[in-house]
Amino acid sequence: MTFALQFLIDVLSLGGAYALMALGLVIVYGILKLVNFAYGELIMVAGYTLFLVGGSGLPWLVMAAVAVLMAIVTGIFTDYVAFRPVRAKSVTAVLITSFAFSTLLQNAALLFISPRPRNVPLPAAFSQTVEIAGVITPVRNLITIAAAVVLLGVFAFLMRRTVLGIAMRAAATNFTMARMLGVPANLIISSAFAISGLLAGIVGILWIGRIGTVVPGIGNEPLLVAFIATVIGGMRSLGGAVLGGFLLAFIDTTLNYTLSQELLKFRDAFTFSLVILILLWRPEGLLKGPATGQRT
Amino acid sequence: MSRHLLTIAILAGLVLLLVAGVEALGIRVFNRIATNLCISLVLVLGLQIFMGNSGILSFAHIGFMGVGAYTSAVLTIPAQMKGMALPDLYGVLQGIQLSPYIAIIIGGLVAAAVAAVLSYPLMRLSDAAAVITSFALLVVLHTVMTNWSNVTNGPRTLFGVPRATDLPLAAAVAVLAVVAALAFKESRTGRLLRASRDDEVAAGALGVHISHLRWRAFVLAAFVAGIGGALWGHFITSFSPNAFYLRETFVILGMLVIGGANTVTGAVIGTFLVTGAFESLRAIEGALNSARIFREQVIGVTEVVLALAMIAILIFRPGGLFPTREIGALLARKFTKRKHAS
Repeated sequence: MTFALQFLIDVLSLGGAYALMALGLVIVYGILKLVNFAYGELIMVAGYTLFLVGGSGLPWLVMAAVAVLMAIVTGIFTDYVAFRPVRAKSVTAVLITSFAFSTLLQNAALLFISPRPRNVPLPAAFSQTVEIAGVITPVRNLITIAAAVVLLGVFAFLMRRTVLGIAMRAAATNFTMARMLGVPANLIISSAFAISGLLAGIVGILWIGRIGTVVPGIGNEPLLVAFIATVIGGMRSLGGAVLGGFLLAFIDTTLNYTLSQELLKFRDAFTFSLVILILLWRPEGLLKGPATGQRT
Repeated sequence: MSRHLLTIAILAGLVLLLVAGVEALGIRVFNRIATNLCISLVLVLGLQIFMGNSGILSFAHIGFMGVGAYTSAVLTIPAQMKGMALPDLYGVLQGIQLSPYIAIIIGGLVAAAVAAVLSYPLMRLSDAAAVITSFALLVVLHTVMTNWSNVTNGPRTLFGVPRATDLPLAAAVAVLAVVAALAFKESRTGRLLRASRDDEVAAGALGVHISHLRWRAFVLAAFVAGIGGALWGHFITSFSPNAFYLRETFVILGMLVIGGANTVTGAVIGTFLVTGAFESLRAIEGALNSARIFREQVIGVTEVVLALAMIAILIFRPGGLFPTREIGALLARKFTKRKHAS
């Protein structure tokens, strides 16, 4: 029983973070059919903002809000620099511009801040533990679960009930048709990048809360996680991204508990081999999204 | 193939000119840079074989470079060195010590074999899913290289690899790679693959077995990457798994994209331009650091500039400098046009 609860909390907290990461990536992919390689750098930006405002003496929540805001701004900026100029050109061109932009941001952090890890301010709650029914768990895991539940709920409401959400879903299904019916294309795309930045910012703070420091390469792992989760779940479906995130967390946690110390080092290799197997079985991912229309 | 004779002559001439120039000058730094350029050229051409013909971006390429480098290293490190360099090596491999030239070819073959097994299922995917899984493949290869301590010495540096690559050898392999890339482009497989690149549905409807053709191109590309990696290993003589990861991927991809992924000419010109720019920037960076103008070490300028150049090229010339035609065809056209005009 205790073990089951421990396992459940581990899967849910890791899965919540993974699902939010995947959602931030897939919201842009759904509309533009373009993978944003610079997504991990949004997390890096949130981390460094937190580090830079660390000495200001503001309440932590204000600092966190500033960090999330910076991630949103960087998200929109990504659209203007790496996507808008080449949007109408080949898929490969856009993939490479976003990869180049990601390298640009990482190396700018190397150049202007430091290659060494920097401490970020965190509230005391992030390092405390609580005991639930005999299971000792860090409070940050519970915070992550709560944040995931709230954000996924708000996000579902936004996509289903608001004009913006409906317009975004319309644009994701058939971009040209949506444009003809009066959906402003650039505004929708910028909103998608803003939401992507919002999710990346929040998940970034939760992610950095696990480690306590930020380095230029901090975004690589979340980016990879988001990639794999969306590929498993189905590249075009928002629900699929969430499912993929939780599934990936389940696989990772199970491997954590079952693999021997010697094999645990190879965990990533096992996880990704499993992903390749899933893709063999269902190349489209687990959940199929709406049929795709043309890009731009 | 005969229509590419002029292209081969020009591109091979460029490489030979470089070798002759460097040998005449006799400056060691230039020799090192030119050898590095030739090895990069092999890697870029390998990537061009897959990306240029299939139109799919592959991130896994540098992983196969690593496979080639480690294979060749394990087969050539002298027996008495192995006790220190690779203390946990399997008994069978401990006694083996081949000539580096044979080991380089075996490195390519092993990389091709690994690619053949791993990539067959992946070739069914297109567009973004294909790119993401190739990225995952790079991570898998990197994880294995970092953790398989018995063969790779783990994340630590592997040393004691005999030095075998010099400028003439690297240049000869680069010229061979140019010929191979052009030959593949003109082969039946290459032509059908480009048909599928331009219109996947139409090519499939005409009976092109797309995933199988992509697989062939991928295996050939991995072979070339493995050779390139092994050459690099025997040039640098000590390396760690981090040499075969995102930074190297970015540089090789940048060379190909700036030159133009669809043409062999683009791959060659891109390699020359980017290497030139990179080495000058690195020299500036080194000068700044040794002059201690800034309080902390200056690092990352080269990558920032390369990233900006890539974005600019893709905005203004999305196909790269040589988007569709090889240089031979371009010159021949110019010549015939002028004749018609007069």
